[in-house]
Amino acid sequence: MKILIVDDFSTMRRIIKNLLRDLGFTNTQEADDGLTALPMLKNGDFDFLVTDWNMPGMTGIDLLKQVRADERISSMPILMVTAEAKRDQIVEAAQAGVNGYVIKPFTAAALKEKIEKIFERV
Amino acid sequence: MTSKITLHTEDSMILELRECASLLLEKLQGDDYQEASKMIANLNEARDSTIFQCVGELTRALHESIKNFNIPGGEQALSQQGSAEEHCSELNDASSGLEYVLTLTKNAADKTMDMVEECAPICNELGQEASSLKQEWAKLRNREMSPDEFRALYKRLDIYFESLDAGTNKLNENMQNIILEQGFQDLTGQVLKKVINLVTDVETNLVSLMRIAGQVESVVGIDVEKYTNDGKASKKTGADTAGEGPQYNSNKRSDVIDSQDNVDDLLSSLGF
Repeated sequence: MKILIVDDFSTMRRIIKNLLRDLGFTNTQEADDGLTALPMLKNGDFDFLVTDWNMPGMTGIDLLKQVRADERISSMPILMVTAEAKRDQIVEAAQAGVNGYVIKPFTAAALKEKIEKIFERV
Repeated sequence: MTSKITLHTEDSMILELRECASLLLEKLQGDDYQEASKMIANLNEARDSTIFQCVGELTRALHESIKNFNIPGGEQALSQQGSAEEHCSELNDASSGLEYVLTLTKNAADKTMDMVEECAPICNELGQEASSLKQEWAKLRNREMSPDEFRALYKRLDIYFESLDAGTNKLNENMQNIILEQGFQDLTGQVLKKVINLVTDVETNLVSLMRIAGQVESVVGIDVEKYTNDGKASKKTGADTAGEGPQYNSNKRSDVIDSQDNVDDLLSSLGF
């Protein structure tokens, strides 16, 4: 299971990476925004994407839409972990095809639950 | 202070306008059109210079507020980072103050995580060895242990006590350091309070600017409606996918979801 973590703050990437490691996912890579992440996703054999929303360059919601638009990677499960908490934004992410939505600050249990739920369905 | 000056400039502008107007009337009645158009130009100039004066006043006031933004304790905080002079001058404005907050919070987060990551394997090893020793110990208590096994257990216990001592010392040290790292809250708090004060000052001055602008508008008859409408329109078209960041007053807003449970409820109502 190869996972890409996208967040512009290295601290948050590290927190997510640590939590994923605790859950047994040790094969992770990092990117600091959508522009860096998209070519990695297109060229690498990633199985799962965890992304923030608010990032310079390309935002997480745009990255989500780009992934869903590219048929080679469009079925990749995507979890959003973000501080964006407006109703409209959550609806937008859902309509764009997000698989899970966790708002920051989050707990290890919340992240674990969402990830398990995603893999139950896949 | 600004309002007094405004009244003054406004009064003098009105006087000047009246003077120009009567002269203009005089020239027009005397069929001196060249002089009359000069008068009209003067009228315009009087209006423009009043606006410039008012804006100038406000610009100076704003500039003062920004200049007054200094961070106390900047020097001491930076003596640890070296090149204090260079940094000290950098810290004298809001944006580098905020950069400083960013750096401090990031460093504290990194150091805290470093120390926790250092602790995790120690805890793991001590825990694993403890549960293995517990089984051996149970064997001994049940008199199921051979003399050879006992000798091995004796040695292991010796080593375990050593590593327990060293390990807990390291854990204690790291926990102390983690507590100390939280000092960033104090330092960044001071800077953030300064920035809040600056923003409040700037806002107060902007309100004065608007009031003065309003006075000027009423005198010179600028069409305010047109500009405010344009402003509204451009604000609305600005909506896009850019994020807004954390919602710090989510309990006061109805369009914001304030907990993971409510996010889950919303998503399940959408068929998730």
